[in-house]
This record gives sequence, structure tokens and C-alpha cells, in this order.
Amino acid sequence: MRLLDLFRRRSQSTQNIAAERLRLVLTHDRANISPGMLEVLKDEIIAVISKHLDIDIDKVVVNFTEDNRETRLMADIPVHTARSRRINDRA
Amino acid sequence: MAGKIITVSSGKGGVGKTTTTANLSLALAMLGYRVTCIDADIGLRNLDVMLGLESHVYYDIVNYIEGHCRLRQAMVRDPRYPDLCLIPAAQTRGKDALRVEDMDRVAHEAAEMAQFVLIDSPAGIEHGFRYDTTPADLVLVVTNPEVTALRDADRVIGLLEAEGRADTQLILNRYNHELVRKNGMMSAETVIDLLSVDLLGIVPEDTRVLGASNQGQPVVLDDRSAAGRAFRDIARRLSGEELPVKALEQRRFLGKLFGPRRKELA
Repeated sequence: MRLLDLFRRRSQSTQNIAAERLRLVLTHDRANISPGMLEVLKDEIIAVISKHLDIDIDKVVVNFTEDNRETRLMADIPVHTARSRRINDRA
Repeated sequence: MAGKIITVSSGKGGVGKTTTTANLSLALAMLGYRVTCIDADIGLRNLDVMLGLESHVYYDIVNYIEGHCRLRQAMVRDPRYPDLCLIPAAQTRGKDALRVEDMDRVAHEAAEMAQFVLIDSPAGIEHGFRYDTTPADLVLVVTNPEVTALRDADRVIGLLEAEGRADTQLILNRYNHELVRKNGMMSAETVIDLLSVDLLGIVPEDTRVLGASNQGQPVVLDDRSAAGRAFRDIARRLSGEELPVKALEQRRFLGKLFGPRRKELA
């Protein structure tokens, strides 16, 4: 009986999935940009920044943050410096 | 003093707009207010059936706009609560039969005679959405705790905000407390957190709602119905009474017992 309850609980706990999916679609709806277009934007940002800075392209993160219906575009772009290269070489 | 004009809207269809309009109208009349509800779903009339008034309909809103009858003649009086009147939609006409100015005029004329005017708007965000929300002092957005309905509700809230309409409140319909407890449904707190909107009330899922609509006797008339109680509570809030939303209160209480809420930690 208890095992059955456990199984049932697991199969029904979809609320976090729902909340996360809703958060994502709302962010893109409110900003009026599709997830695919955001990828295009990210590639363009990388292209522009790369002209001037040596960046770690694989670790670039571009996404939205929401705070009380205010949307912000956040870009986290790690920059290669002489120091970071030295540390990476050592590792 | 003119009555308050409240538009019931949703974005997505089938979430309980007409049920909400019918029950809140009747609940307000039960509290002793003069209420007129307007069915703005031209071509897909249903508020008359929900209220059990379909056999009393003679004229409709388009007949009045086109000058075929007086407004009083288009108003169907509810035999149960004579303070409640319905202005039915036209059934054989398209949505283009009404212009924004027409609905604005009817709503304001009805508000001269009533303390509350409720407009049941069609689903969608096209023409009907515009003419129904234009005259409103308050827009109630009805939704279910589902990703699809909530996304559409957010669209509607966003459009209203873009038009500079501040007074928008949410009604969370078909809420299943048991399922929320088992983490199978988004909680009211999660919903208002994601939508950043004021919550006017939660209506629990209740099989009595179908029975009520089967009979044309809205569920507020049923003393044993949880949904009926929720609608009566919402009506009291609309009339200005300070009445906390229960599900949120319980959470707050438990939160005090078991530590701060997530929001307060952030």
C-alpha cells in the first residue's frame, strides 16, 4: 500500500515541470523573442564581442531574467586574459 | 452614481469565463446589489443558458444597438433574484455587429441602472477583447492552473498593461487542492509569482458545477458546493469586503510554523 502511494506520488509530481515550462514560455512571450531567435542573437553577440576580445565561446550564456514583470537580457561572457590562460595551461 | 463595470476575460477558451460571470452576477444579486450582466460573445451566446434564462429571451444587444428595441426590453429579469438582469448576445450575428463605441454605450447605460455591470467576453484577443475591456473599471482574468491557460492569461494581462489599464485581477478556476498537495498541480502561490498579478479568488474544482449548468441553476445557489462558496466569497470581495484568499492564508500560516517562505529568503 505504501509502495503504491510512493509510486502514485512520483507519477503526479509534475508541478515543478509545469512551473518551469511556464516560466520559460512567459519570458519569451513577454520579450517577444522565440528560443530559436535567442540562439541567433547569442551567435551575433559572440561574433561582435570576439572582434574585440578573446572570449571563451563555449561558456557564453545569454538568457533572460524576470523580476516582477521586468525583463532583463543577461549575457555572461567569460573573457580569456593572459592570467586565465596561464591558469588553464597549468591545469 | 454609476455602477462598476467589470469585464470577465481569459484569453483561452473553456476555462470558465461564462460560469464565472453567471455565478458572480448571481452572487452579487444575492448580496442585494442591482446587477446587470452582458453577454458579449456575439454569435456564441451562452450566458442565458448558464443562468437558466434562455426561455425568457426576446431581444438581444444587437437589436438594441440597431434601434429595434429599448434597452429595458432587451434586459431579461431573473425570476429568482429580480435585482439581476441579463442583456443577451445576438446568436445569429457575427462579432462585427458591435463596435467598440456600441459596447461602451450599452455598458455605461446599464451602469446608470445597476451597481454592478458584468461583461462576459469571448475567448481570444481580437475584436471582442477590445470592445469588452474598453468600458471596464476592472478586468477579471479567469484561468486554470495549467501551462496553456496561464500563458494565454499572461498575454491578456500584458495587453491590458500595455494599454495602461492597472486594474486587472486573477481568478484561478478549477483548482484542485488535493492535487496541489501531491505536487501534481501548480500552487496558487507559484501562479501569482510567475504572472505577477493580484489574485481575487480561487475556485476549487467541483463536480457540482456541471450539475448546476445542466439545470441552469448556477452553483452559487447550492449551499453545499465548495465552488459556490468560493464564488460567494469573490462577490463579497468585489463589494469591498476584506476577505483573505484561504489557500494563501493557510500557506502563510504553515510558513510561519515551518520557517520563512522562499520569497522572503530571496
